[in-house]
Amino acid sequence: MSRLAWRNFVNKVMLSLTAVCTLLTVSTLILILGYLIWNGGKSLNWAFFTQLPKGPGEVGGGMANAIVGTAKLVGLASAIGIPIGFIAGIYLSEFGGVTFPFIIRYVADLLNGVPSIVVGIFAYAIVVLPLKHFSAWAGSVALAVMLIPVVVRNTEQFLQGVPQSLREGALSLGASKWRTIVTVVVPASISGILTGIILGVARIAGETAPLIFTSFGNQFWSSGFNEPTSSLPVMIYNYAISPYDDWHRQAWAAGLVLLALVLVSNILARGILGRGTAANRA
Amino acid sequence: MASMRTFSPAGTQQASAATTKIESRNLNFYYGTYKALSDVSLAVAPNSVTALIGPSGCGKSTFLRTLNRISETIKNTRVEGEVLLDGASIMDSDVTALRRRVGMVFQRPNPFPKSIYDNIAYGPRINGMKGKMDDLVETALRRGALWEEVKDKLNKSAYALSGGQQQRLCIARAMAVEPEVILMDEPCSALDPIATAKIEELIFNIKNQTTVVIVTHNMQQAARIADKTGFFLMGKMIEFGPTDLIFKNPSKKETEDYITGRFG
Repeated sequence: MSRLAWRNFVNKVMLSLTAVCTLLTVSTLILILGYLIWNGGKSLNWAFFTQLPKGPGEVGGGMANAIVGTAKLVGLASAIGIPIGFIAGIYLSEFGGVTFPFIIRYVADLLNGVPSIVVGIFAYAIVVLPLKHFSAWAGSVALAVMLIPVVVRNTEQFLQGVPQSLREGALSLGASKWRTIVTVVVPASISGILTGIILGVARIAGETAPLIFTSFGNQFWSSGFNEPTSSLPVMIYNYAISPYDDWHRQAWAAGLVLLALVLVSNILARGILGRGTAANRA
Repeated sequence: MASMRTFSPAGTQQASAATTKIESRNLNFYYGTYKALSDVSLAVAPNSVTALIGPSGCGKSTFLRTLNRISETIKNTRVEGEVLLDGASIMDSDVTALRRRVGMVFQRPNPFPKSIYDNIAYGPRINGMKGKMDDLVETALRRGALWEEVKDKLNKSAYALSGGQQQRLCIARAMAVEPEVILMDEPCSALDPIATAKIEELIFNIKNQTTVVIVTHNMQQAARIADKTGFFLMGKMIEFGPTDLIFKNPSKKETEDYITGRFG
C-alpha cells in the first residue's frame, strides 16, 4: 500500500470511529428520552396534576402535592441560594485580594463536587436534628447548598468576561466602584448570569438524594414550610421501587413532567443568552 | 445653542489668572518593582491641547492614567510625586470627585451596552446633575459632533454605531459631565482617516470648554491639533514645548531622531 493510500485509509477509519461514537451517544439519549416520553405520555392525565396520591394499591390519584412541593422547595432554595451566590460571585470578581478569593473559589469548586447525599446529611444535621422533624426548610437548605457554588462560579465568570474598559469608562465619569458594578458591569453580563442561575435551578429541581431525609415526603398537602413536604424526585424514587403497577405508571408520568421542566428551563436559558449576545452584536 | 450651558455645577469655575490647569511634579510610577515613569514634571495650560508622543512602552499612557488616578485600578502599582489640579493635590481629593473633573477617552471606543441616550445620560445621572436630561443629552451630542447622525435613533443600542461614531459618543459622554480636563489615550488609533479627521475637528472645538491632554502615536496628528507637545522616551519626558518648536527645531537629539523616523 502506498503512503497516500495508507493515510487515506487511516483517515477513513478514524472518521468512521468518530461517527460511530457520536451515534452511540445520541442514540442512547434518544432511547432514554423516547422511552420516557412513551411511558410517561401514556400515563399522564389530568388527575396527575390535580389529585392527591391514593393509598398503596389503590388505582388513580395524582401528584398535585408533589408538584406544589417541588415548587416550594426550589423556590425557597432559590431565595436563599441565588442572592448569596450572586453577591459572593461579585465579591470574587470585583473585590478581594489574591489569597482569600483563591480559597473561596477552591471551596466553591469543592462544594460543587460534594456528593448530593452528603449535602443531604449536612442539612439533616443542621436543620432536621435541632427541629426534630422533617421540613421544607431542611430540604430547601440542602438544595440551596447545592445551588450556591454553581451561582458563585457562574456569576464570577461572566463578570470577569466584562471588558475592563467598560469599568474604566464608568469610573472615569466619576462613578464609585459600587455604582460601576451595579449600573454597568452587572447589566453588561446579566444575560449570562441569568442563564447560569436558570440552569442551576433546573439542576436542583431534579435532585433526589438531598431531599430523602430532609423534606422527606408527604402523601398529603403540607402547609407552610415546617412540615414534611412531598417533591417530584422523591415521589419518583418511592413509586418506582414500590410493587404497584399504577405507582410505576405515575412514576413515569412524574419523570416526564420533571424532564419537561428541565427542558423548558434550558430553552428559556438559551433564549435569554441568545438575546443577550444578539444585542451585543447589533 | 450648542455651547449654551444648561446647568452650572459648583467647582467648575476656574481662576481666570491661572496659567496652569493641571501639572505633575517629579512624578514616578511603578508597576511592582518596574519603574515606568521617572521624574516627570509637566504643566498644562487651561483651554489648550497638549499632545504626548513617543514610542510604545515609553510611559505616555501610564502618565496620562495617573492624572485621573485611573491607574489605581491596576493592582500592585505605586505613584510618587505630585499631581496638581488648579494648584491642589489630586491625591488629597475624593477620587470620584476628581474623575468627574478630569474625564477620559480611551484607545478603543467603550460605549456601555445601553442606548445612545443612556450612554450620554449616565454621567449626569450618577453625578446628580440638575437640568432637563433631554437638553443635556442634546447639548453633549452636539459637542461630540454626533447629534445630526443620531438624533432619530437615540434609543438604539450604542453598539449599532460605527467605530468612529462610537468614539465620538464616548467623547460626548465624557463632555456631558462638563469636565475641566479631558484625557485622551490614542483616541483615533482604531479609526479610519475620515473618522480621525472628525475627531480632530471635535478636539479643536471643545478646547474652549475644557483642557485636552492627548496621547498619540500619530505625529502628524500631534502637529495638527496640539498647542504643546511632550516627547517621552523610556519613562522620561525628554522634551516639552510648543508643538511648532518640537517638530521644526527640537533641542534634544532623541526628539529629532524620533520625529524624523530614525527609530521608534
